[in-house]
Amino acid sequence: MIHITVDQKEIACEEGSALLDVCLENGIYIPNLCHVAAMETPPASCRMCMVAVEGGGGPVTACATRVIDGMVVRTDTDEVRQLQRTALKLLLSVHDIDCRNCSANKQCELQNIARFLKVGLKAAPYATLLKEQEIDRAHSFLDYLPNRCVLCGKCIHVCAEKNGRPYFTFARRGFDTVISAFGMDGLEADCEACLACVEICPVGALVVRSGRDKK
Amino acid sequence: MSAAFQKIYNAAAERRAAVDKPDVPVIHIGMATCGIASGALETKKAFEEALAQQGVEAVVHPVGCFGHCYAEPVVVIEHPASGFPPILYPNVTPGKAKMLTKLYLEEGDPRFEHILGATVENEMIPWVMEFARFSMETRIVTRLCGHIDPERIDEYILEGGYASMVRALEMHPDDIVEEIKSSGLRGRGGAGFPTGQKWELAARADSGGKEKIVICNADEGDPGAYMDRAILESNPHQVIEGMAICARAMGASKGVVYVRAEYPLAVDIVTQAIEQARESGLLGRDILGSAFNFDIEVFQGSGAFVCGEETALIKSIEGTRGMPINRPPYPVESGLYGAPTVINNVKTLATVAPIIEKGAEWFKSIGTPGSPGTTVFSVVGEVVHPGLVEIPMGVTLRTLIFDICGGIPNQKKFKAVQIGGPSGGCLPEEFLDTPIDYDSLNHAGAMLGSGGIVVMDEDSCVVDVSRYFLDFTQNESCGKCTFCRIGTRHLLDILSRITIGEGIPEDLEKLKDLSRSISQGSLCGLGRTAPNPVMTSLEYFADEYAAHVEEKRCPGTTCRALTAFYIDLEKCARGCDVCVGCCPVDAIFTTRTRKKGIDQQLCVKCGECKVACPAEYDAVRRVSPAEGVPVVERVETEDSRE
Repeated sequence: MIHITVDQKEIACEEGSALLDVCLENGIYIPNLCHVAAMETPPASCRMCMVAVEGGGGPVTACATRVIDGMVVRTDTDEVRQLQRTALKLLLSVHDIDCRNCSANKQCELQNIARFLKVGLKAAPYATLLKEQEIDRAHSFLDYLPNRCVLCGKCIHVCAEKNGRPYFTFARRGFDTVISAFGMDGLEADCEACLACVEICPVGALVVRSGRDKK
Repeated sequence: MSAAFQKIYNAAAERRAAVDKPDVPVIHIGMATCGIASGALETKKAFEEALAQQGVEAVVHPVGCFGHCYAEPVVVIEHPASGFPPILYPNVTPGKAKMLTKLYLEEGDPRFEHILGATVENEMIPWVMEFARFSMETRIVTRLCGHIDPERIDEYILEGGYASMVRALEMHPDDIVEEIKSSGLRGRGGAGFPTGQKWELAARADSGGKEKIVICNADEGDPGAYMDRAILESNPHQVIEGMAICARAMGASKGVVYVRAEYPLAVDIVTQAIEQARESGLLGRDILGSAFNFDIEVFQGSGAFVCGEETALIKSIEGTRGMPINRPPYPVESGLYGAPTVINNVKTLATVAPIIEKGAEWFKSIGTPGSPGTTVFSVVGEVVHPGLVEIPMGVTLRTLIFDICGGIPNQKKFKAVQIGGPSGGCLPEEFLDTPIDYDSLNHAGAMLGSGGIVVMDEDSCVVDVSRYFLDFTQNESCGKCTFCRIGTRHLLDILSRITIGEGIPEDLEKLKDLSRSISQGSLCGLGRTAPNPVMTSLEYFADEYAAHVEEKRCPGTTCRALTAFYIDLEKCARGCDVCVGCCPVDAIFTTRTRKKGIDQQLCVKCGECKVACPAEYDAVRRVSPAEGVPVVERVETEDSRE
């Protein structure tokens, strides 16, 4: 057991665990999208869980920071909040903000983070840039909505854990990156029984196609 | 060990002696990709045909890149019987090749009007070292580039190659690390991490039973940068030797050259070089009778710029998407397949053998205390003598651009220099006296980067250049992290709007804020440095941005939407029709005075007329803002009614 200090609160934790896990377990909320508890190699891709570590340089991601004894962390500096707000605004600028018609309404991570950061649910000052394709129906009974997706990759992670290999992957690259189902022939039964991706999606970007019953 | 190497050396010398013909002329032709692109293959063919036709005996000797792009195809002719020293000829077209075969090789007249200089000091022909472009260089990495045939290991060995590796095999690995550490060598890939320290970390890392690995990063992708390609194509063995020394120092037994598939010649040459080294017993098991095993394979990258980032490079070799992962762990602890891995740039590795040969003290005597040694630049853009330049660190930008590379052509004024490619910055005239080293350039907001330098004259637009680089990084972003994926796209969109005159004053503040967030928040080096061109140009060329946004004026008269062409009637020659013929949209008409005018409604601003207008008239003007163009009414005249 070691001790770290987060926002003036002393916390006892296991050496080497992810700082983000430690904070969340101890009731200190840090916005995050791509993190799954106890991940071996966190993707650190959403860039939301920024914190300031005393003695370090600029803000770092808490998911990829391992705790060491005596670490002093601040989760709410101006610099951290500024980065988090910008990251959220950027995600909102490629997000189809239509909460009322969204299956994730009221359970949506983007809504939660926006509330926490006191940011309005709109893209301004950035322009809204939506993808042309609204729904990708490549999967036999799951709909993928690129304009909702935040590309956290949790669906890929959880699918690989449950099924040995992911049935979803990142496709294309850069700004055009999307999630795509691949190599699904004859494997729909696995999906029927699982649906872990639908459950883990923080923003309702993967949904069971309407007309089908969600178990 | 040295006895074993002596055998290899002797064998190389014997093979050389068997083909060497004293007194027979030798024609050295630069045959790297750059030479070939400017016609070296045709030149070589022309020499061979002419020699056969005229029955002249001479050896055609393909060599790598001389680094003098402005002079390609470059040929050096050694013709001892003529009494002249070896002569360097620039721009040798097939016609010139035939002429030189006849007049020089056959008749002994070197044709002075075609000579650039002699490659050795003599009393008849000016020595190339009298020109700053040659004399101000210090060649360590590129010493043999353009002198030896990269496809023959013998030539490298006979020039002293692989002797440093032999020396390293006799040294204790810790001493090698110590030597590199005390030399102060820093990574030439751009970030400038101390090489010795990297090796030491890898040497100490626990590999858990896995083979440690050394990777040569030749995934060069900056627009306008081609040093790594030229080195691999001109002298691959110096890189291989560096890798072997690194492997010995850190305890690696496996090497990978990661080279992009778009460099087919470099791939071929380095693959062949590895095979030759293996055949000679300089790679493989129990090298030179020691217990040191080391072999290298070539991995071809598929051209994603981000794969030059070390963690993405590793992912790419492992067969997954080339996306960077968060560091730590650093590759020196857990790299390729989880093994401790050193990833060094081509130029870094090519510097290793000379350091082992001549010692850390010698290396430190070159360059600056904080950045010892030399750096290889590819200088492109608006300079008289572009090409590869190897200079000691600490030389100023002014010396590099004006003294060595001949300054700006066509009496134009210098405007800016973009250094470090898409990760670097755009520096104005005030920074010309900045010494070129890691720390000074970082301080100025640019970076040494991999070594691409683009020089811009007064006719370039820094906003447009920033837009160009952002377009590049935006295309090359892997899409993994939020800031780089979405943030660079917004930067690009804002810059694009500004260049078409749709910018608003708030855009400038937005660019600054967003740039700062992207460089702080991004996952990897690509994203963190992507806003550098915007941030530096916003800082140093704020007036140009303001002109675009507030006056809809492009000071460099480059941005199409903000400029217009017209024909200066004072200068236009009566009856000349050159511009009319070249206009793709028939926008040029004849005025009543039989001069020319441009119909602004039809003009697409391609600039063809400006190029075509004969220099003695030089009548086509480009102005910004577009509204400033003088109106010349299109009136039906006899000419236009034909």
